[in-house]
Amino acid sequence: MNDIQFPVSDYMPSSCIPEGPIEQKWTKYKREAKLINPNNRRKYTVLIVGTGLAGGSAAATLAELGYNVKCFCYQDSPRRAHSIAAQGGINAAHNYQNDGDSVYRLFYDTVKGGDFRAREANVYRLAEVSANIINQCVAQGVPFGREYGGLLDNRSFGGAQLKRTFYSRGQTGQQLLLGAYQAMEKEIGKGHIEMHPRTEMMDLVVVDGHAKGIVVRDLVTGEIKSYAGDTVLLATGGYGRVFYLSTNAMGCNVGAACACWKKGAYFANPCFTQIHPTCIPVKGDYQSKLTLMSESLRNDGRIWVPKSREVAEKIRKGQMKPSDVAEGDRDYYLERKYPSFGNLAPRDISSRAAKEACDDERGVAVTGRGVFLDFKDAIARMGKEWIDGQYGNLFDMYEEITDVDPHEQPMMIYPASHYTMGGLWVDYNLQSSIPGLHVLGEANFSDHGANRLGASALMQGLSDGYFVISSTLPTYLTTIKPGSVTTAAPEFKEAEDAVKARIQKMMDVKGTKTPDEIHRELGKLIWEDVGMGRTKESLMDAIEKIPAIREEFWNNVKIVGSTEGINAELEKAWRVAAFLDFAQVLCYDALAREESCGAHFRLEHQLDDGEAKRDDEHFAYVACWEYKGADQLPVLHKEPLTFENVHLAIRSYK
Amino acid sequence: MANLNLTLKVWRQENAQAQGRIETYKATGIPEEASFLEMLDIVNEGLVHEGKEPIHFDHDCREGICGMCSLTINGVPHGGKHVTTCQLHMRQFKDGDTIWIEPFRAKAFPLLRDLMVDRSALDKIIAAGGFVDIRTGSAPNANNVPVRKKTADAAFDAAACIGCGACVASCKNSSAMLFTSAKAAHLNLLPQGQPEKNKRVLAMVRQMDAMGFGNCTNQYECEAACPKGITVDNIAKLNRDYMIACASEAVGVFS
Repeated sequence: MNDIQFPVSDYMPSSCIPEGPIEQKWTKYKREAKLINPNNRRKYTVLIVGTGLAGGSAAATLAELGYNVKCFCYQDSPRRAHSIAAQGGINAAHNYQNDGDSVYRLFYDTVKGGDFRAREANVYRLAEVSANIINQCVAQGVPFGREYGGLLDNRSFGGAQLKRTFYSRGQTGQQLLLGAYQAMEKEIGKGHIEMHPRTEMMDLVVVDGHAKGIVVRDLVTGEIKSYAGDTVLLATGGYGRVFYLSTNAMGCNVGAACACWKKGAYFANPCFTQIHPTCIPVKGDYQSKLTLMSESLRNDGRIWVPKSREVAEKIRKGQMKPSDVAEGDRDYYLERKYPSFGNLAPRDISSRAAKEACDDERGVAVTGRGVFLDFKDAIARMGKEWIDGQYGNLFDMYEEITDVDPHEQPMMIYPASHYTMGGLWVDYNLQSSIPGLHVLGEANFSDHGANRLGASALMQGLSDGYFVISSTLPTYLTTIKPGSVTTAAPEFKEAEDAVKARIQKMMDVKGTKTPDEIHRELGKLIWEDVGMGRTKESLMDAIEKIPAIREEFWNNVKIVGSTEGINAELEKAWRVAAFLDFAQVLCYDALAREESCGAHFRLEHQLDDGEAKRDDEHFAYVACWEYKGADQLPVLHKEPLTFENVHLAIRSYK
Repeated sequence: MANLNLTLKVWRQENAQAQGRIETYKATGIPEEASFLEMLDIVNEGLVHEGKEPIHFDHDCREGICGMCSLTINGVPHGGKHVTTCQLHMRQFKDGDTIWIEPFRAKAFPLLRDLMVDRSALDKIIAAGGFVDIRTGSAPNANNVPVRKKTADAAFDAAACIGCGACVASCKNSSAMLFTSAKAAHLNLLPQGQPEKNKRVLAMVRQMDAMGFGNCTNQYECEAACPKGITVDNIAKLNRDYMIACASEAVGVFS
């Protein structure tokens, strides 16, 4: 089928899934897991990179248990990690609403939402610990939304027909992260965590096949330093900024994950990238990021475009106000196509439907790439005050950015890169294919399959950090002697020298294009060719053009300033170089996966009604890519996925 | 869609030791839909093309929530529009305007480079007591303790602080009272925060003093500068809580 024949290996590390029925696996694992005596825990040094929900909660929890924790983040404070920007909520199977929720149902919805490309055992564990997360956060003082009776309130999110989402207005991520951050600061204050802000991980140090340290750059002094530990926990988030424009923070990057990939960690399912349906549309070339409007808005907002191209054109030209379009001239396309889920259809499906409407020239933003999210009916039904109580800050934010009051005129939205389901491969212990390297949160691939449901990212980050890693880490740590490797090992010097040489090489180019200009070029290509609708042609086009952009970087990038002290241009260049190295495998994966599933939509593979056509016979596996060098094709390893508890079926939201 | 031509007066300083100065830059053809930071991106791209060092400033999420962006714009932290700098849009300015851009200045915020300052003193206040000291895994069922909606909402209002430090930068005394009181109020209002209330208040206030922040003289510049609507009611509450905590400490009772 492909013009490129990828080398395929028969070898696949064990996913280490415990035996037994799914509802007993985690209990059995914990019952049989190795333990480390409290007095011995302090002998182990755990290096944690990233302080978002996954890294922050892991750091706090492991420090409480007595491990010697060193933590690193590129921001000026651990409180600023991008988990803070998550808006809508966090799922948990508490069934406080008495609407039929259970661990099994959350598990089922997540596996189905992921279009049957996630590992059942991991997802079940996630659903199992979800209620504990809410308990933990409430005890920390996280101010979740409450009802007048004093108990916790819930809302609905995409892909679910019940209310299981806990929220703090439109700032759930902020409040959860502050909970984890406060827990971390508590341990920092007690001297149990050594915190290194404004420090970026540049490389992983592998000694005798085990991850034993990291090389970092102090972003204030510019110094390249090493830290040794008994294990490394990577919690560095996703690679959504490979599209340049995304809802991610400006500093989010794939550098650390890419460095681990080059050192031997498999990269799993990189083509599963989530395009979020409700973001503020692109305005111009100068734009630095796209702003998300929470999925929770789809509880009460109705999505539509005009039925006719003529009306759409009038709106684009400013000749007609959206509020003046008659009810009969509106196409509430999600309600029309997916009557049972309506405006709460999953993200991948909603995004594609918006793209289709705009491809049909019925889009409404100035650029033609936009659809309406309308609160007119909800305001008429519930009143303005109620709406503001639910979504006040989101309405304010929208108005600040666009100068349009969404109480008067519908919001204008369009899909944008938001989250990445793919990531470094991990087993049930959250350990990568490099022993000692554990990967948590969005940085790993494990729980969301080909599409993540709303309000599940926060759940997974905190599940990994608060409840999973503390139980699984001893499985590795008990196999090694603590403190056996120090930075005196030659591998550290080698890695430091390689980092310094790479920095010097990019500084010496002294070309004419800024790192941002090259990043924009890459992002535009990936958005066009590897975005919401992919074809063999588009992917081959990207595969052909990426090396040229990479070449342009290494021959024509312009980095002003020096390697010493603060240099924002150098930071950007380092991150762009990693995106350029990584982009290729993203395209390879999308090309090799000759099916449509979840967010990965190959135009060649669709059903008659335009829905994704999955090929379970050939592609029910995790695609794990092993790096083999810059000019070599990566090797594909396959972890077969078996579905013993959820029946493999066509995902229908109709 | 109009474009603006502006004159920027920007604080430049290579590092903490260097002598700082105001430099003048032209910002031309700035779209009025651009955010303030996107305006600086455009200026910086021009500077880099001229081989000059770009203006360094802190920023990350660019959606008004991470608290990393700062900048004192025309003398007011975040520009005085009740939003963060990253959410300030250029349509707030007029063609031909001159804009003064300086760092957040305070003794407790040492300057790092140009417009970047070190705000880790705020983290140290949290580390001293801005938390509930519970272990992971020890929490009771979340609905075991009902919380009045009004109380939960008030705690949320205080917890909305993003830790940007605008309150400190706006204060003539460089006081961190709004920041400290917001975190203390968030936790002190909730039932979960009661056991450590006195201990928390004393530890946070003492740490705040130790970090070199000034005293509060109730001028409320902080409230006016806050991009998240944190109110000075929190300061009044902290003063009350502090008095009770001091009294408890004096008689040896930590309730």
